[in-house]
Amino acid sequence: MKIIVCIKQVPDTNEVKLDPVTGTLIREGVPSIMNPDDKAGLEAALRIKDQTGAEVTVISMGPPQADAVLREGLAMGADKAILLTDRAFGGADTWATSSTLAAAIRNVEYDLIFTGRQAIDGDTAQVGPQIAEHLGIPNVSYAEEVKMEGTAVIVKRQFEDRYHVIKVQTPCLITALSELNNPRYMTPGGIFDAYREKEITVWGLSDITIDMGDIGLKGSPTRVAKSFPKSLKPSGTKVKLDPEESAQYIVDKLKEKFVF
Amino acid sequence: MFIQQIDAKVTGVSYELLGKGRELAEKLNSDVTAVLLGHNVGGLCDKLASFGADKVVLVDDAALETYTTEPYTHAVHSVIEKYKPEIFLFGATAIGRDLAPRVSARVHTGLTADCTKLEIDEESKLLRMTRPAFGGNIMATILCPDFRPQMATVRPGVMKKILPIEGAKAVVDEFNPGFELNNKYVEVVEIIKKVSNKVDIMDAKILVSGGRGVGSPENFKLLKDLADAIGGEVASSRASVDAGWTEKDIQVGQTGKTVRPSVYFACGISGAIQHLAGMEESDLIIAINKDESAPIFDVADVGIVGDLNKILPILTEKIKTEFAANK
Amino acid sequence: MDFMLSKEHEMVRHLFRDFAVKEVKPLAQEVDETERFPVETVKKMNKLGFMGIPVPKEYGGQGCDTLSYVMCVEELSKVCGTTGVIVSAHTSLCCEPIRKYGTEDQKQKYLVPLAKGEKLGAFGLTEPGAGTDASGQQTKAVLDGDHYVLNGTKIFITNGGQADIYIVFAMTDKAQGNRGISAFIVEKDYPGFSIGTKEKKMGIRGSATTELIFQDCIVPKENLLGKEGKGFGIAMGTLDGGRIGIAAQALGLAEGALETTIAYVKERKQFGRSISKFQNTQFELADMYTKVQAAQALVYKAALAKDTQSSFSLEAAVAKLYASEVAMEITTKAVQLHGGYGYIRDYDVERMMRDAKITEIYEGTSEVQKMVISANIL
Repeated sequence: MKIIVCIKQVPDTNEVKLDPVTGTLIREGVPSIMNPDDKAGLEAALRIKDQTGAEVTVISMGPPQADAVLREGLAMGADKAILLTDRAFGGADTWATSSTLAAAIRNVEYDLIFTGRQAIDGDTAQVGPQIAEHLGIPNVSYAEEVKMEGTAVIVKRQFEDRYHVIKVQTPCLITALSELNNPRYMTPGGIFDAYREKEITVWGLSDITIDMGDIGLKGSPTRVAKSFPKSLKPSGTKVKLDPEESAQYIVDKLKEKFVF
Repeated sequence: MFIQQIDAKVTGVSYELLGKGRELAEKLNSDVTAVLLGHNVGGLCDKLASFGADKVVLVDDAALETYTTEPYTHAVHSVIEKYKPEIFLFGATAIGRDLAPRVSARVHTGLTADCTKLEIDEESKLLRMTRPAFGGNIMATILCPDFRPQMATVRPGVMKKILPIEGAKAVVDEFNPGFELNNKYVEVVEIIKKVSNKVDIMDAKILVSGGRGVGSPENFKLLKDLADAIGGEVASSRASVDAGWTEKDIQVGQTGKTVRPSVYFACGISGAIQHLAGMEESDLIIAINKDESAPIFDVADVGIVGDLNKILPILTEKIKTEFAANK
Repeated sequence: MDFMLSKEHEMVRHLFRDFAVKEVKPLAQEVDETERFPVETVKKMNKLGFMGIPVPKEYGGQGCDTLSYVMCVEELSKVCGTTGVIVSAHTSLCCEPIRKYGTEDQKQKYLVPLAKGEKLGAFGLTEPGAGTDASGQQTKAVLDGDHYVLNGTKIFITNGGQADIYIVFAMTDKAQGNRGISAFIVEKDYPGFSIGTKEKKMGIRGSATTELIFQDCIVPKENLLGKEGKGFGIAMGTLDGGRIGIAAQALGLAEGALETTIAYVKERKQFGRSISKFQNTQFELADMYTKVQAAQALVYKAALAKDTQSSFSLEAAVAKLYASEVAMEITTKAVQLHGGYGYIRDYDVERMMRDAKITEIYEGTSEVQKMVISANIL
């Protein structure tokens, strides 16, 4: 059995700080991490590997520095790693990203693909289902439990108020929630091997078969018109009202926060 | 727009989409079509009309009884092929966020996720879709100039629904693209309804936290009521734990847990530096304290000087009313 | 000369930090308060290979290097000095002498399970009358057919009672002085071996520090480590390596205190502004940071020396002397910058200051390090 796990290197948004004066994002010094949902997908794949001896390949599309996140995947226990990197892939939205990844995946044998549900820098949750669509295979999103049953996968799929237990035949794609598991740590020896013993396959545009209109900025139907900082929150306001008015005041503030 | 129904009940965000759709349609001199998928759900059409749908495209088929990705994608794709809408909206729910990307890939168009603002550009008449990114740190406005429909998922709770129009009727267009089993179909083996159980305060989206000012273990009931009404959890300061009113596992602060919920109610918490260290990253901090000079007010977004024992019961009732109104 | 860490070292550091923050930090306060050996943390570290970082793969280790091991002790000690010394004593004082002086059979039997984390190790040299002067050993070992019989008492033994395997020193020939000391590998279940009093300490209170009592303890002849009479050399050689581990522990404590203090001074307001805006705070932190950087450079240099030089006792002594004194100074200043909060146990710097003191004492006091250094340069 062969499993592919798509992983993305993302800035740790917990560490992202806003410039208090300009309100813009301070990107310097923000550590890069493996996207948490993707890591859960990798862990799910590694658990299947532990049980069945499946071969796990991690694949990432990004700049050359994304090498680090693939080494991390190898250090956790993945067998192979592929880095998809080319200037031509730059500026891609989810459509172009998914078509590029799907093109690369067509070069590889697979039974099962894991992606994270969404990446913490974009939060779109689109790339997984879109890859499945490009490949013409079924997908199950929001997986909270995964187990193999012969050639099928049994997935506990999360909804707001319920779960569906879904049986899906391989080949298929599953998007993992970080609740799926607690990803294992790397081991020190695994890290040394990842850098000193293992190789990362690097693919550029010439290594995959794809129409130029389906990649990068050109292959992206959406355009970012502008981006701007979220308005900074004022704090230290206090009011003295009677209980009824106080309660209403809080309700109004909660409404602004879309709690209802 | 895609109308989400589960067990023949329309999900709240669908009405919000209709409300927003009305506004957008007026700007474009167009109309609002609700796309309703399911099995034996035709009875919902009038309700959709009352919330602003001019027309309902109804795809009613046994294959759509329970949500699964492929038949829903096929249905929405077929509807788009047939009706060629300018704009297609989904709720950013666990269904919408699975279905919309799959549809966008099949149709070959752009999709903007989790929008909090939608407006029509006066000049180009394009849909301006604004969404948070980078963990909510920045906002981005996205356009989809060259592909149709312009697709977006919309965060629940953001858009306003209209006041229902009594007796409104929509034109109902029944449409069935036909459903044939293929490799992309999956089998739903079991449906498990969630029973809410205790959530770790570190995972809770809303926390109602109490300190020494709560006054007694009995008064924590008021906090619990509020938490239940708003779908949150009760947390506590060290003072309450030390007093034996609350358990250590819900303690926030230096010696307790560090939390970062969307909303943090600090009730009768003075705001010692040890406590602030554990919660000041919360998105919205609402402090209620009798003591005007309590340091908690320095970090609060909403500061109420007053008696929590009087305010909380009223607040709980108001919140229940709000939720009921949204059902 | 290269001051850039390799990518693999950057990543192992990231791993150790991640583990320390998620798994070790949440327990640090409780482990100190209750003087409890953090068994659950050791179990987790066993699984992840943290107990055999510099041990070659063929002996069940991770096949990394001394620098990686140093980073592990450093990152653990940043959040919990107790956990740092558990790894240090096990690796430097038990795995390392078996790797360096053991026979192939001894390595297979003892080093493999130690490096895999299946067994925990300790080191018994110190006695009531033989501290800095290790040559004053009173514990005796007498060869009797196919085994030795050990009699005597060891004190202040780190991982005592928790460890499965102990490197124990005893006199095989009193008349020969230092040349009469031999080293033995002792299993916890050997007849006549028991654990005595557990010490109540100022710091590293979760670390188990106990007496080892030998009453006609039977140790198989093949458990002699190295040759008879070579024990003193083994002890000193082992302590050279151990000092790098303790230097790393000290470094971690200093770094932990500095990081905690930087975060605190930004938060704490007095006289209407953050205390980080006061020049006294700024200058104190600048000094602290500089010393921590210097300590780190010395500790890493010693780690590299151990892997590349035949003798590294000078580098190890320099690193241990400087890092431990920096640890004491930085943690003390950290408490001062925290003011009254620094003196209460809610705040980590209180514990760090208590933990730091031992680094100036064990595995050779600062004075011993000065003896080693001066002997090397004069």
